[in-house]
Amino acid sequence: MSERATSIPPEEQHDDQDADTTANAGGDDTTAGGDDTTAGATSADTAAAGNDTQPKPVTTGAESVVRALENAGVEYAFGVQGGAIMPVYDALYDSEITHVTMAHEQGASHAADAYGIVSGEPGVCLATSGPGATNLVTGIADADMDSDPMLALTGQVPTDFVGNDAFQETDTTGVTTPVTKDNTFAADPDRVGTDVSEAFALAREGRPGPTLVDLPKDVTNAETDREPDEPATPDTYEVTEEADPTIVASAAERIENATRPIMLLGGGVIKGEASETCREFAIEHDIPVVTTMPGIGSFPEDHELSMEMAGMHGTGYANMAITHCDTMIAVGTRFDDRLTGGIETFAPDAEIIHVDIDPAEISKNIHADYPLVGDADTVVSQLARAVETSPQATKWRAQCQQWKSDYSMAYDVPEDEPIQPEFVVEALDEATSDNAIVTTGVGQHQMWACQYWTYTEPRTWVSSHGLGTMGYGLPAAIGARLAADDDQEVVCIDGDGSFLMTLQGLSVAVRENLDITVAVLNNEYIGMVRQWQDAFFEGRHSASDYGWMPEFDKLAEAFGASGFRIDEYDEVADTIEAALAEDGPSVIDVHIDPQANVYPMVPSGGDNGQFALAEDQL
Amino acid sequence: MSGENEPNDRTEPTEPGHRRGLDGPAPEERPTPAGRRNEQGIRIDPEVEAKQEPRRTVISTLVEHEPGVLSDVSGLFSRRQFNIESLTVGPTTDDDRARITLVVEEPDPGIDQIKKQLRKLIPVISVRELESDAMRRELALVKIDADRPSEVAAVADMYDGKTVDSCPETATIEITGSRQKIDAAIETFEQFGIREIDRTGTTALARGTQSTAAPASTTESTAEAASHPQNQYAPADDD
Repeated sequence: MSERATSIPPEEQHDDQDADTTANAGGDDTTAGGDDTTAGATSADTAAAGNDTQPKPVTTGAESVVRALENAGVEYAFGVQGGAIMPVYDALYDSEITHVTMAHEQGASHAADAYGIVSGEPGVCLATSGPGATNLVTGIADADMDSDPMLALTGQVPTDFVGNDAFQETDTTGVTTPVTKDNTFAADPDRVGTDVSEAFALAREGRPGPTLVDLPKDVTNAETDREPDEPATPDTYEVTEEADPTIVASAAERIENATRPIMLLGGGVIKGEASETCREFAIEHDIPVVTTMPGIGSFPEDHELSMEMAGMHGTGYANMAITHCDTMIAVGTRFDDRLTGGIETFAPDAEIIHVDIDPAEISKNIHADYPLVGDADTVVSQLARAVETSPQATKWRAQCQQWKSDYSMAYDVPEDEPIQPEFVVEALDEATSDNAIVTTGVGQHQMWACQYWTYTEPRTWVSSHGLGTMGYGLPAAIGARLAADDDQEVVCIDGDGSFLMTLQGLSVAVRENLDITVAVLNNEYIGMVRQWQDAFFEGRHSASDYGWMPEFDKLAEAFGASGFRIDEYDEVADTIEAALAEDGPSVIDVHIDPQANVYPMVPSGGDNGQFALAEDQL
Repeated sequence: MSGENEPNDRTEPTEPGHRRGLDGPAPEERPTPAGRRNEQGIRIDPEVEAKQEPRRTVISTLVEHEPGVLSDVSGLFSRRQFNIESLTVGPTTDDDRARITLVVEEPDPGIDQIKKQLRKLIPVISVRELESDAMRRELALVKIDADRPSEVAAVADMYDGKTVDSCPETATIEITGSRQKIDAAIETFEQFGIREIDRTGTTALARGTQSTAAPASTTESTAEAASHPQNQYAPADDD
């Protein structure tokens, strides 16, 4: 009875078929998405021209800050007001930039992060000094771990007060140095705009990441007529775009002679707009493709060559392929421990061709036999030109297909137990288009969202990978919604614990009338912790059992959103359809089997090839 | 919550409810590769596992002379757990730039990481690991009990030390030279009783016409460096 694609009432299936047959159009969409930003900038220009006036010359530091954002083509900013940032907000009052007032600064940083993931351009968040700035930190750290482009602007107490422990003073640049790509304390009203331009450029260029400019109130209030420079990175910042041709040549030779090749695509493939080039390369040479979690969407998971995600909760077949390959073409991945498991058993027979724009990722965790420093798209194109014959890997591909059937992700749907979460994820996937965007919190629900949703397009998977921030899902959905095209659904698959951490964001979604659908997979546990306690702590559920959760559907209604609840299988399809049909935000409280666990699982530091399929194998 | 399952109950297929998990060959039924990697992620022959030994080396960096750059560098070392022995910072011929000289002790892959991570800091202009023949000097002030002044003076002489302060109770000697020389001097002074020591840490410049850390040296291909991680430098002693 267990079938991965559990049958769902097939009303919507024709939609899916359409989407499948127009896979190419989907590909074009992403290009269009890329162009959109340029288009956005242009339309901003025309809007300005339409006003029949050149932009007014700046008169203050704050106006220069806002002008820098406008010059960079910023359309949205997410933030919360406060004392020290008031001059900037005052300047924003006259700007074309749409400011989304968030309920909490953490939400502002997650929304900006998600905006950056979906649009490819830095998301902008603002907060005041002190608690405003420290509340942003979680989202900044999240963006840093995932190399997401983001610009944070924080108010600061006036320069003369800095260091005096003034009201709402925090050493913001000190606090954020370890979690930003770069940060700046803006000390000069004549330079403050350029500081912002430079931070914007740095967030986007090379390996993306969060940058921060700390804005003392006296600097933003001060008079200046200096227009900010155009966004450009400082002279000390160097990016290598093209890899060393001799290493490319030897890597190509290695690929030609491989008998068990795989491609491992990471988040850098998506950030570097290299998904199309990687797809072409894999298909041209018939190389099976594994992705990391941030790499989800870089390769269509419904393609025969797709082995899907590898790592701790990756598919069994992906982990078998990764463990037994003899050549790994790893692109835009930093070999995080959730991917590698124990280093000693990671792809132990593989020669590794590592493509990354950040030289510091080369041989950081896993030694690169062929280090290729450069932009993902450029370097994979270099490889594509250099590889003349495809590897002879018929047997290997057959083996990979065999693993796909041996370690199928099929799950049981016992009628006498509560709803299985996998079923809900698949039902949501069925009910939405191929371009739908999924955001998540962190925990079991996130892993089910990885495993049971079939991703086919880049920039449709928005999650907290490296930092693992519970509560990321809802604010991320807000940011994603504003970056997405109107015909893209935005679905937040959340957990009850994660949702509870940031659900004040519902007030924002309602106020802004954002069309998002939140599906809370509610098991009244911190489920992943409960699963680990069962496996490693003798089932002692210390502080993981909530035992009680608010009624999320009612709570949603109190916020002014639409609330739904699912308890039975036969409610799943209809309720999802109704929730998706709502124009504004809706929340489905899905009461899932509280005992449901995530498998396969590689325990921390374990051998990827020895993944457990059930608890007794841990 | 009613699901208080005993952890081991789930191995019993007869347990009420279904077995939770997925189907497929169990771990012990799967093929396993013979290869292994070491802690640095380098593939190794399990028979001849060679552990990489840490070595001491000097890294010279040229940085923008701006507030916060020293804490950027020192913060990097602490949060990435790089082993640092000394750090000195000082102005250069260019007012806008400062030189930070670091003595570090790490295995080769760690040294490689240090260089790359330093280079990623935006205010860092260039990073260079100095050759083992580079000039390295340190200065120490050693405050000694002056009960036997003539003997103290004799030892100071032996190490080309200079007396910079003296009073009936103490003498303070300035010594410059390589780390080893200063270590040796301090060891010899110990017989008189040392009250306090202050040492500057290593300063260093490359020999001859080579420039120590100029922007040009950063054009050295990182890829090339990465493909020859086994660059062997002689141990860090000079003089």
